[in-house]
Amino acid sequence: MASTGFHEPIELLSTETRNLHRAIVSLMEELEAIDWYQQRADACSDDALKAVLLHNKNEEIEHAMMVLEWIRRNSSHFDENMKKYLFKESAITEIETESKAAGDGGANPATLSIGSLKGR
Amino acid sequence: MDLLRRELAPITPEAWTEIDAEAKRVLELNLAGRKLVDFKGPHGWKYAAVNTGKISIKHDDKGLGVPWGVREVVPLIEVRVPFELSILDLDNTERGATPDLAAVVNAAEKAAHAEDIAIFSGFKAGGIEGIIESSPHAPLTISDDYSEFPSLVVNAVETLRRGGVNGPYALALGPDCYTALTQAAEDGYPIRRRVANFFSGPMMLAPALSGAVLLSQRGGDFELTVGQDLSIGYAHHDHQKVQLYLTESFAFRVLENAAAIYLKPKNRKK
Repeated sequence: MASTGFHEPIELLSTETRNLHRAIVSLMEELEAIDWYQQRADACSDDALKAVLLHNKNEEIEHAMMVLEWIRRNSSHFDENMKKYLFKESAITEIETESKAAGDGGANPATLSIGSLKGR
Repeated sequence: MDLLRRELAPITPEAWTEIDAEAKRVLELNLAGRKLVDFKGPHGWKYAAVNTGKISIKHDDKGLGVPWGVREVVPLIEVRVPFELSILDLDNTERGATPDLAAVVNAAEKAAHAEDIAIFSGFKAGGIEGIIESSPHAPLTISDDYSEFPSLVVNAVETLRRGGVNGPYALALGPDCYTALTQAAEDGYPIRRRVANFFSGPMMLAPALSGAVLLSQRGGDFELTVGQDLSIGYAHHDHQKVQLYLTESFAFRVLENAAAIYLKPKNRKK
């Protein structure tokens, strides 16, 4: 069993939903590991061990981003919102308003966000 | 402003929401191929071709003095379905009225139909080879007597298995076939339920298909690549009507042609 976190009978879940669940759980685990390594490094009194812990934390960040990119490629809503919010200079809370004013979001999206329908 | 030029349309945000929601509903209802094949993208307007990873080497060394080859790619095609809506009717959305979106429904059905024709039957002018044309298996003929349909499906499943193609399998049914199968019964037991016992994948209506197709759902056999995913853009307007269009860019490739078999209606060539 890849995960015990399914909240509905597994036979009712599409392949896409199962895979997205696996990716989300993996992302949660990577983020949790980052948090743990960061705290351990802060508390660690040995400089050599601290360096190893920080190195490991950075590896987990790489893993998290790889999973996040898979999610983006396989979920049109993640893709749409990541394109809207990431790597922007504006205040984060202003992006949605600016996006609507620019005509690419909210009531005026660039696409109908249909994407893959396999398994639906 | 992007290529869709939506912000230039005399349409309120609430009316846009109604138009988009109706188009999405009808597209998701009618798109059958997308429910059965792998999906790559959306890659956006700038994505023009799919890399096949192949090259055909020429040994004519007269021109360059050395052997040479052209990399093989599958170009994306762009489809555009125009439709027209009443500006006054759309404005009435702000007043609480429900707009007449029959034109949106019609356009969405046409767009879904176009994509599914390309996937199932191919579109040679656009360089797309469809699932039916690609299949090396001899088509099986659907009898008028649907009590014979279960054994036809068994034969189809066995053909794919013998060809080394694993399941699960899905059965896409054209409208006539879908209706006849849904209505058929033997000794009061629905034939459709008997058919469902022979494979573990979905059985679904494919409005653009004539006959039926049994195809593998294991993945890696059929690939729909989308550049700009289905979107609604603005063309122009006068004082009464606004001209919009439903568009997308896509390519379709069959990667394993033995992964599907066509069940053709009687009196139809392949």
